[in-house]
Amino acid sequence: MSKFLADQRVLTILTCGSVDDGKSTLIGRLLYEQGQIPEDELAGLTNRAEEAIDYSLLLDGLEPEREQGITIDVAYRYFKAADRHFIVADTPGHEQYVRNMITGASNSDLAILLVDARNGLTSQTFRHAHIVSIMGIRHVVLAVNKIDLVNFDERVFQNISTEFRKLAELLSFSDFEMIPVSALLGDNVSTRSSRMTWYEGPTLLQLLAGSEVPEKARTGFRMPVQLIVRSDGGGRGVAGTIASGQIAIGDKIVLLPSGRVTSIKEISSAGRAVGRAEAREAVTLTLSDHVDVARGDVAASPSDQPHVGSQFVAQIVWLGDETLRPGRSYLLKQGTRTVGVSITAIKYRVDVQTMAHEAAKELRTNEIGVCNLITAAPLVFDSYAENAAMGGLIVIDRATNMTVAAGIVLHPLTRSTTIRPPTLFVTKDARAHLKGHRPALLWLTGLSGAGKSTIANATEARLNAMGVHTILLDGDCLRGGINKDLGFTETDRIENIRRAGEVSKLMLDAGLVVLCSFISPFAADRRMVRELMRRDEFIEVFVDTPLETCIERDPKGLYRRAIDGEIKNFTGISQVYERPEHAEVTIRTGELTVDGAVDRLVAELARRGIFDLSGEPGRGHE
Amino acid sequence: MAMNSRLRDLEAEAIFIIRETVAEFRNPVMLYSIGKDSSVLLSLAVKAFAPAKLPFRLLHIDTGWKFREMIEFRDRTARDMGLDLVVYVNQDGLKRNISPVSSGSSVHTQVMKTEALRQALDEHGFDAALGGARRDEEKSRAKERIFSHRSSGHLWDPRNQRPELWRLFNARLNPGESMRVFPLSNWTELDVWEYIRAENIPIVSLYFSALRPVVERDGRLIMVDDDRLPLLAGEQPQMEWVRFRTLGCYPLTAAVRSNAKTIDEVIEETGSAAVSERQGRLIDKDDASSMEKKKREGYF
Repeated sequence: MSKFLADQRVLTILTCGSVDDGKSTLIGRLLYEQGQIPEDELAGLTNRAEEAIDYSLLLDGLEPEREQGITIDVAYRYFKAADRHFIVADTPGHEQYVRNMITGASNSDLAILLVDARNGLTSQTFRHAHIVSIMGIRHVVLAVNKIDLVNFDERVFQNISTEFRKLAELLSFSDFEMIPVSALLGDNVSTRSSRMTWYEGPTLLQLLAGSEVPEKARTGFRMPVQLIVRSDGGGRGVAGTIASGQIAIGDKIVLLPSGRVTSIKEISSAGRAVGRAEAREAVTLTLSDHVDVARGDVAASPSDQPHVGSQFVAQIVWLGDETLRPGRSYLLKQGTRTVGVSITAIKYRVDVQTMAHEAAKELRTNEIGVCNLITAAPLVFDSYAENAAMGGLIVIDRATNMTVAAGIVLHPLTRSTTIRPPTLFVTKDARAHLKGHRPALLWLTGLSGAGKSTIANATEARLNAMGVHTILLDGDCLRGGINKDLGFTETDRIENIRRAGEVSKLMLDAGLVVLCSFISPFAADRRMVRELMRRDEFIEVFVDTPLETCIERDPKGLYRRAIDGEIKNFTGISQVYERPEHAEVTIRTGELTVDGAVDRLVAELARRGIFDLSGEPGRGHE
Repeated sequence: MAMNSRLRDLEAEAIFIIRETVAEFRNPVMLYSIGKDSSVLLSLAVKAFAPAKLPFRLLHIDTGWKFREMIEFRDRTARDMGLDLVVYVNQDGLKRNISPVSSGSSVHTQVMKTEALRQALDEHGFDAALGGARRDEEKSRAKERIFSHRSSGHLWDPRNQRPELWRLFNARLNPGESMRVFPLSNWTELDVWEYIRAENIPIVSLYFSALRPVVERDGRLIMVDDDRLPLLAGEQPQMEWVRFRTLGCYPLTAAVRSNAKTIDEVIEETGSAAVSERQGRLIDKDDASSMEKKKREGYF
């Protein structure tokens, strides 16, 4: 084992498995036997009824954990044994705390999967083994615990081992071992058990001490740019941590996504001038040209480049309390870049028990699926298998800012590299010039019966009279044609709005002033449309009419039918309307006439320079 | 002394975290408590942005009861390094004469540290605070994320922490919320010492053994740093060879008997210590979940 002693890198170990399999007890026992529990801490572990030491109290550091006797969140413990340094991430076994378990798994090198010898592999074993596999941990130790409770019976251990071998093969663990242990009594933890002479393999500690820290990247030089360091002397350094490969002064690099090639003039690693640097080092690079580079870009080796694109396939572990809905707009963080993202399709959901693929339209909390993603701007990435630092991603909910998913990139969608935006001879500006005004989108949102269509129609009539080229889109006209295939479930309503946004965008390209009239009850969807457009083109108009007034008006008799329960998912009655908080224009219909509302909108367009009110109609642009 | 790959990895990880904080937040600040961890954090921050100046201010929450030597060290460090240091004192607590002697350790800590920190962060509009806390210090810290989210009012909800995947830190905040960031999360006490030795980082000499005037109370050695510490009947300060493993308010920080006068001796002693680092912190002992409670209320 001497060859491992020189390896001073810390091995990070994940412990996982079902509730009450004894994860915390196992780690507590290991630390205790290694003399790694200070006396004053040890004193705190024996204050329960029995005299015996309760090792689990060492790790269950939160008050609710000690009260309920369960592990809620991952605990990190640091110890030194057999000349190695270790970090143990002790994770919770309860299904509802998967997001805490995956937090521990994402940074671990090796996983200890515990099972209770009396129960064998359970559904939670399968789930955790699957997550371990997704996170790219290839080295797994199955600890068959509580072997004392089955009289140290070899057959029990062999049966569980046989079952686990099948699972390990299915999940492509490259390296796996099975050990019979008793965490409570200490058998095969750090000392060999005298009660299981049939077991000839290593103890748990021997196994850990002999494990190497795996490399998590196979790609050439990659460095996501964190920030630009500007010194007083006018110098400009590109700061970041090297994700893979190495770099030396004089080497050529390519900056992505721009594709600009430059070379390295100076390198400093953790503030020290060096000639070369490699993976994991935090460096500042001085480049030989003054090229445009910013946070979110990636510096890479020109001969071994990562993918650049906005469409790819990823495996997603959904952690959010709210269900994942395709089409909805979220934020994605990968490397050092944060961009808008939408999950366009769920290819399949994975049954964690059988690994079978199932058709799915949504992912609920803790479900795992393979999905197509599209980002609002190009990403620079590798597949997770090639480079974990370049292929891992998180998804963030725009409204709550919670991290709602972990994802790993499987591969780019080839479409993203083959379909390029067409080269245009006639530009958007050229089309607008011909019309004599600039394009804009008025997006009217509000409850059914709020007066959106009335105001949109009257505004279009006024604009038309002024010589402004317009088009009016609403739910009825789209649902009669392009959206014929959509119903009224939440997922379909999101798609309805997405298509309305895309159609509007084409109309804007054509140079028109577009009026859209959609209930569009969800803030996230309105934001998705907003982000499709240029910032100065999108004008959100909140037609604010109290619900009581809308019910009273009820022009189509829909509210009555919704209240009677005849229509389901009706906004304001059985589905929420999220009021806009940052609308550019709010029209309170109780305070304005229709003409007054039209005046407001026309004035807003003029204020933005879409056209000029003082000049000749239709010639305002000149 | 050359650094091994373990220290180099820890150093690079901390620099990455500090840079992410600066890149992602509007107005970050670094908490500076004058202790050894703060000294290491400061040294890492300088490396992260060299040759440019530190892109944030430093904040020291002064309770008025720190060791005199700490304050001298703080002012000297700020002057020599040209730091933009804010020293904040809870004026309201000062007016109410809150002290560890008359008010007790828990009221003193609540008013002069926890409340003072919240006031200082609010007053300056800091949206992220970098601190030198480590997970190996204490059980509830062992559970905390590197980017630790605080709701408005600076409250920590340990039951509902954000997932933290890989090194992809979610730094997004809603109005009124803030973040505490711990670049030294994965360092141990021994790592800190070995790094101080390898990089020759200046620290307060209270960490090294010297003859100091102490009184023994309930088995704890309290240094008589000035005449504000009332002596009990029969108490007489004795000169003893002592040093400190952690530094806080002097009446609340116990010394340990030690002959470790050099960093090599300190490292040797730390490696073979039978008790934990925070054992000398009286404020941790109020009850079993003491640190967690204080953290939930906004303590660092």
